[in-house]
Amino acid sequence: MTLASSIQQVCFLVLAATVVGGSLGVVLLPNIVYSAFLLGGVFLAVAGLYLLLNASFVAAAQVLVYVGAVNVLILFAIMLVNKKETMAAIPGLPVRRLLSGLVCGGLFALLLRVAYTTAWALPGPLPVGEEATIRIGEHLFSDYLLPFELASVLLLMAMIGAIVLARRDVFSSDVITGEPADQGLIEKSRTPLLLDGPPASPSLQETAP
Amino acid sequence: MDSAPIVTTGLDLQTSFVEVLQGLGLSSGAARLLWLPLPMLTVLVAAVVGVLVNVWLERKISAAVQQRIGPEYAGALGILQPLADGLKLVFKEDIIPARADGLLFTLGPVLVLVPVILSWLVVPFGQNLLISNVGVGVFLWISLSSIQPIGLLMSGYASNNKYSLLGGLRAAAQSISYEIPLALAVLAVVMMSNSLSTVDIVNQQAGAGILSWNIWRQPVGFVIFWICALAECERLPFDLPEAEEELVAGYQTEYSGMKFALFYLGSYINLVLSALLVAVLYLGGWSFPVPVEWLAGLLGQSVDAPLVQVITASVGIAMTVLKAYLLVFFAILLRWTVPRVRIDQLLDLGWKFLLPVALVNLLVTAALKLAFPSVFGG
Repeated sequence: MTLASSIQQVCFLVLAATVVGGSLGVVLLPNIVYSAFLLGGVFLAVAGLYLLLNASFVAAAQVLVYVGAVNVLILFAIMLVNKKETMAAIPGLPVRRLLSGLVCGGLFALLLRVAYTTAWALPGPLPVGEEATIRIGEHLFSDYLLPFELASVLLLMAMIGAIVLARRDVFSSDVITGEPADQGLIEKSRTPLLLDGPPASPSLQETAP
Repeated sequence: MDSAPIVTTGLDLQTSFVEVLQGLGLSSGAARLLWLPLPMLTVLVAAVVGVLVNVWLERKISAAVQQRIGPEYAGALGILQPLADGLKLVFKEDIIPARADGLLFTLGPVLVLVPVILSWLVVPFGQNLLISNVGVGVFLWISLSSIQPIGLLMSGYASNNKYSLLGGLRAAAQSISYEIPLALAVLAVVMMSNSLSTVDIVNQQAGAGILSWNIWRQPVGFVIFWICALAECERLPFDLPEAEEELVAGYQTEYSGMKFALFYLGSYINLVLSALLVAVLYLGGWSFPVPVEWLAGLLGQSVDAPLVQVITASVGIAMTVLKAYLLVFFAILLRWTVPRVRIDQLLDLGWKFLLPVALVNLLVTAALKLAFPSVFGG
């Protein structure tokens, strides 16, 4: 065994252990912030596995999309609504945990069976390595054009939906309370916000510039 | 893909080193293994020394802008002042706040620094003078720099301090929103040179000296890239995450000693790195304003002669560093002369101005490439 292949072996073992341990941590840790950070670690380890498979472009894309965008978004969401409150006790928690554990175990057994019965040796061409960027581009704009375009349309729809939800002034009234919902707070900053009592005396207003 | 043959091979230290060691009786693999840590250590040392120079420049230039003298007692012209700063940080007590999350608090600064140092992997100082000419080149830099916000969020959250959390959130929001125009500006350059590799991008700008540099073909891209790079480095006018008047010191508020020094190092290494990448993408990288081959021909020397190779390589390194530090000088001058923008102005600038302009720049570049393939890369 040459030096390069043994280094590869060690790298693979470390990365695989990180992926397995990290994903278990994501699911099992009670602190959601730790789970989110561990998820980032798992994504990074998967990128490392891609690197070992000579797919450096896919690895870089994995880091950019999953770590840099998806995981940061998850962290944002957690940190913006991070209220420390104890969950209400759910009835029959042990039974629920047992059931979900059984489902996960069944799925794991199924995947194990698939992994052992599949012939993994691919008869296809050798990995292209550095040329992969060009090859991926060619495929995206020829035989995979339709899925590619459909995915972008899906993303566009999600984006427009997010804008509609975020810009509440599109709706004239709040869906739940029925009160007029707008974001006029910033524009109306000239009127005092804490004006519960009678309005200020007219003499004061006249002296103001 | 038709890959054009590379005209000049230039100084190849790795081959020479391996050959010398093989001459001493080592196997090829062992010689390569001995070579591996050398460029990494060199680049690491270069990055840290670059930071020291940067700190000194910052102190002197800020003093000049404000009509002070600046440091002058520590060494000639105060040149040892950054070392004194560094020593002070090393000897400071390392405090972890009582209610903070110790693990994440320690991990945060590391996650901020490591991707920045890793990105030096792709910075070329010559045809063969870089750690690794990876095919994904600048894309690797973009994706590595997207890890940084996680470290910022982590340290902001772990400090258990409202200013830190706000600073961390701001930092992440800022670097996400400026990453998109940055990537689009890089994409226009990549489109012209048909490659993501930094070496290929520089080679594509060779030929006519200063006239063939990308800055003439991508003036808009250059400005967008520089603005976004400043925003990614959190330099003034974009240092919102650590705005003193609003957030004490942002995500760094609770940090002291070596952990603070990691943030400090990270931000300065990032500034030098961004300046180097601007030099590589737009200012011709290691190339001299007049083509070196032409000069060598004028003096009647062959480009492949060993002495000429060494001189060319030295000139290349000097040119790269010179260009980068010229840009660093502008960044420092900007910091001490320009007021800070507000957070809403910052996001407006990023999303409503730079993003559309970068998209138009990309489309125009594509059109020009189709129309004039000889000038804009075929």
